[in-house]
Amino acid sequence: MKDSVIKVTEFRKTYGDVVAVDGISFDVHRGEIFGLLGPNGAGKTSTLESLEGLRFPDGGSLQVLGIDPARQSRKLRNLIGVQLQTSGLPESIQVDEAMRFFCAYHGVAPRYDLLDRLGLAEKRRAQYHQLSTGLQRRLALALAVAHDPPVLFLDEPTAGLDVPSRVELHNLMRELQAAGTTIILATHDMAEAEEMSDRVAILLCGRIATRGTPMDITATGAGLTKVSVRTEGSSLSEAGGTFPAVSRSTVKDEYHIYFSTDIGPTVSAIIAHIDAREDTLIDLRVERPSLEDRFLEIATAGGAQ
Amino acid sequence: MSAFLYHFLFEFRTGLRNKTLLMMNYLFPLGFYAMMGLVMVPINPLFLETMIPGMAVFAILAATLLGLPDPLVTAREAGIFRSYKINGVPAISLLVIPALTTVLHVLLVTALITATAPLFFDAPLPVDWLGFALTVLVTAFACAGLGVLIGVISPSSRMTVLWSQLIYLPSMLLGGMMLPYSMLPATVRKMAQLLPATQAMNAFRGLAQGLAADFSPHGSLAILLTSGVLAFGLAVYLFNWDRSNTTQRGHPLLALLVLLPYAVGVLLLS
Repeated sequence: MKDSVIKVTEFRKTYGDVVAVDGISFDVHRGEIFGLLGPNGAGKTSTLESLEGLRFPDGGSLQVLGIDPARQSRKLRNLIGVQLQTSGLPESIQVDEAMRFFCAYHGVAPRYDLLDRLGLAEKRRAQYHQLSTGLQRRLALALAVAHDPPVLFLDEPTAGLDVPSRVELHNLMRELQAAGTTIILATHDMAEAEEMSDRVAILLCGRIATRGTPMDITATGAGLTKVSVRTEGSSLSEAGGTFPAVSRSTVKDEYHIYFSTDIGPTVSAIIAHIDAREDTLIDLRVERPSLEDRFLEIATAGGAQ
Repeated sequence: MSAFLYHFLFEFRTGLRNKTLLMMNYLFPLGFYAMMGLVMVPINPLFLETMIPGMAVFAILAATLLGLPDPLVTAREAGIFRSYKINGVPAISLLVIPALTTVLHVLLVTALITATAPLFFDAPLPVDWLGFALTVLVTAFACAGLGVLIGVISPSSRMTVLWSQLIYLPSMLLGGMMLPYSMLPATVRKMAQLLPATQAMNAFRGLAQGLAADFSPHGSLAILLTSGVLAFGLAVYLFNWDRSNTTQRGHPLLALLVLLPYAVGVLLLS
């Protein structure tokens, strides 16, 4: 049985009459990257900030490393690292100072190597307000991991980052995971969640609409797999869309595109058809439904489990 | 180096880096001091008698009431306190360290005024240095407490200005820095006794400048000290990491209790 680092049981959070989170339950295993997905107002940040001890639950129970964040938040301080959605640093603090300041409160030596690694080496004397949004996010991340916490909460970590910074962040996340860090990732970026997460939960209107590995979730939808084929001759034009399990087809930029409910028979039949017509296959691409497709499907249906 | 010391050094530097704080801690009080020396001294030579304490009180009021509260409100509203909480910064540090660094700025300005006023304007130095130092420290403590309390209870920067000006403006007019307390009408005197500036100027007259105090200077010190303790106590009690997410521990109007020592003073000191 896997070791649960985070346990959320029937967690409920309200703001006046508004129910932000309505009795959700999930757990996160040690060393796992767990994606918390959902549109704005779905309850992601309420869940995350309650786990961090910043908000108090109105029902249910929360545990992080066996600690109740609402009642024992001090115990949790050196055990979690948090990158908040809003970075929350004083405008005039210098990059170096911020590292010294937070590390001093965690009782560890400053990790200047992280500043260098995250592209902040040239900006160590810059004040926070002089940094671009991307650099501010990188600094927040460096501060979140500087004390080597076993659990890391990342709220929209790549918002405002350019491509190289995103890649660097993802590499860092993988390294942390390999070292045993458990990561909860709240994001709008479905591609990021699909690439990075071992498991995800999709929140809608304060409830978990679905959860599982990205592969499981994309496989359970009604989404169609896209098969794009290009041949030297015109064999596919003669066939139209009459291949097994193809629900619709189209032609674009010399590619015949088929949307299939069952990829195996469709691809086999297409190749057999090309061979039979003595045509030559130039390119064949198969694109499974992405997590984003599945998310949109769930969000449109609007149904919670 | 300890976390407290890092925090203290950062806050102290912020008092110089932040333009508003630099203005309230140094430029405004020193500019006002220069102006008063050049304009007021020729008009009213009696002003010289209390120029050094008057300008020290002015520096204390500017730094603590106009400078200290707003960064606390801004930090809370911008989520900086939340970030601090997650990283283990204690609430008490968030209140005490800015107050301590503000007091340090005030002491530097007071030292500069005290050193230069006799040279530039022929102002008399305090006759009792211990009484002077004690009164400066107690007044700075009381006003820093008020500044922190205003920062804790204000929901926005706009409200911070309102609360601060409610004390600052009457202090300027009635606090004994421009007009001696003895020249005020009897009813206005009672109102003036509700102000920390009046109590401070009275203590300076009796304990530092060798002048006749208008009422007990030791009583004034006791009032300032008690209100400072009350202000910091109330600030800790009413402190909120994040106004939108947590339940307020007490109603902000509880902060008015800080005026209690002054009200008692009105009844007992005359």
